[in-house]
Amino acid sequence: MAAASPVSGEMLTAFLLRLADDHLILGHRLSEWCGHAPMLEEDLAMPNMALDLIGQARSLYQYAGEAEGKGRDEDQLAYVRREREYVNCLMAERQNGDFAHTMLRQFYFAAFMQPLWQAIMSSTDARLAGIAAKAEKEVAYHIRHAGEWVVRLGDGTEESTRRMKAAVEALAPYVDELFESDEVSRAVAEAGIAPDPSTLRPAFDAIVGPVFAEAGLDWVETPYGQTGGRQGRHGEALGFLLAELQYMQRTYPGMTW
Amino acid sequence: MYSQGLIGAKTDTTEDEAFLAAFQARVDAEEKIEPNDPMPEGYRKTLVRQIGQHAHSEIVGMLPEGNWITRAPSLRRKAALLAKVQDEGGHGLYLYSAAETLGVSREEMTEELLSGKAKYSSIFNYPTQTWADIGAIGWLVDGAAIMNQIPLCRCSYGPYARAMIRVCKEESFHQRQGYEIMMTLARGTPEQKEMAQDALNRWWWPSLMMFGPSDGDSQHSDQSMKWKIKRFTNDELRQKFVDATVPQGEFIGLTFPDPDLKWNDEKGSYDFGPIDWDEFWRVVKGHGPMNRERIEARRKAGMMAHGCARRHSRMRKNGKPAAKRRKWRRSEPHDEEPDPPLGSFYPPAQRAGPQALRFCSCRRRGDGASGRARCLYAPG
Ligand SMILES: [Fe+2]
Ligand SMILES: [Fe+2]
Repeated sequence: MAAASPVSGEMLTAFLLRLADDHLILGHRLSEWCGHAPMLEEDLAMPNMALDLIGQARSLYQYAGEAEGKGRDEDQLAYVRREREYVNCLMAERQNGDFAHTMLRQFYFAAFMQPLWQAIMSSTDARLAGIAAKAEKEVAYHIRHAGEWVVRLGDGTEESTRRMKAAVEALAPYVDELFESDEVSRAVAEAGIAPDPSTLRPAFDAIVGPVFAEAGLDWVETPYGQTGGRQGRHGEALGFLLAELQYMQRTYPGMTW
Repeated sequence: MYSQGLIGAKTDTTEDEAFLAAFQARVDAEEKIEPNDPMPEGYRKTLVRQIGQHAHSEIVGMLPEGNWITRAPSLRRKAALLAKVQDEGGHGLYLYSAAETLGVSREEMTEELLSGKAKYSSIFNYPTQTWADIGAIGWLVDGAAIMNQIPLCRCSYGPYARAMIRVCKEESFHQRQGYEIMMTLARGTPEQKEMAQDALNRWWWPSLMMFGPSDGDSQHSDQSMKWKIKRFTNDELRQKFVDATVPQGEFIGLTFPDPDLKWNDEKGSYDFGPIDWDEFWRVVKGHGPMNRERIEARRKAGMMAHGCARRHSRMRKNGKPAAKRRKWRRSEPHDEEPDPPLGSFYPPAQRAGPQALRFCSCRRRGDGASGRARCLYAPG
């Protein structure tokens, strides 16, 4: 990533908020499992991953707040925006469903983020490169952990296979959105800050393909993928997630916790 | 799992007087009793009950605090609470491993929890209604846990004592974190201060009940003291807790909901009012506000994990040994289980892959479960 053209603070902020929202919303979803996981080991593993995601979200929100220059801190960005202002991908907000569904969603998101973080490690933006260097190690673990479950459940019992196949079916419409390109993603790509998501599909397929092969799962093509998250057009489930997430900040505005 | 061979191991011993005296002499000499050492059946049973109860408390304790993870008021608090609840899960895992060294499996202990046969700390049968409850639990409940557990670091049973050393470090971090939440609230707006005071009002008495019945009414105390499983009586520990906690609450301007609470110069400690033992026994016997929900939540979680018949074939394809079979105490071999009932399909890790997978979830963390398990070994 060389020969960079500068990017406006507005574009950079928009890009950072997308990434930050993805991580917060997915981390929040994952944290809903805490105490209810199907086995104790997963009650340790899922919060581990949720902590990684929320930690990454914090770094990204802090940076976004500075790039925006309006004095908003991480909590103001995370907690007191309106629903239409959240720009996470739809996959992140999907409800947990069963454990198979949660693990496949995690696996997909990690398989999308790993090549993205790897590229950002040599970003022209040193601050973002620093965030990526830490996140890249964490996401490699998410791929391994969630990927092992995709295999174990996909090639497990009749019931686990049925459930993993149902998860593949259910999440298929939300995969393509990850790789969408628009003026924000192109602006940061031209500035050498982060690759355009549309270039990441082969890397994603290279991660998902072997795992699906081992799990005995077939890729499901959907004629019409769902889209809109990056423009703040979300499904119905996000509003309830935000109602919970924002409860304290809305009920007791402007206090220190 | 090093404890594997011990599950269902033959534990019969001939307990003649010489045997019991020799055992007591070892205990009196402050020698640590290790898993393969001969021990009286009563000693083993007491430890299994106590460690199991302790492990269940850690696990059930994840629920009231987990109740606020999705509503934590800031990202910093959210992350800290997630990490705290995860720590408690780690304590549970660690303690189940310690109990397994005595020949009882985690699955058996879990069945006893779900059937109501095994108990857990009654405090977790109260609901967490406000954010301040998260502060109060950290400060008071983890604080009380530390009082109980610090003497257990010198417990005569080696694996339990070593587990406690590790756990206590984390509990004291939880206690400070909880107190810091309370302090932030107590120094905040009037609404925040009121929230903190209300939480103290609701959690204070149940926290005192955590130490168990008064010495006169405690059925297990004497023998446990003799075997150096316990080092202090329930009432002694309760008094220590009151003496340590009251100044902390007063320092941040909170009032304890006990009109009889006052410093007694003569005995050098606080006097406090009578505990409502009817409430204590009512909650222990299953009639607290959240007993049913807690067990139901654990049952649902376990439902998903139980009863898978086949393992993923990769482990065999790779030529790696399939999971080393546990020696199940129950007579029916697990591989011949009938098809799992609907909703219970996840291959439990110990049957789904190499034994190591059981701990895979924490392999990144130096202080994770693999570290925890290692820690149970006698040093050297
Ligand atoms: Fe604990
Ligand atoms: Fe704790």
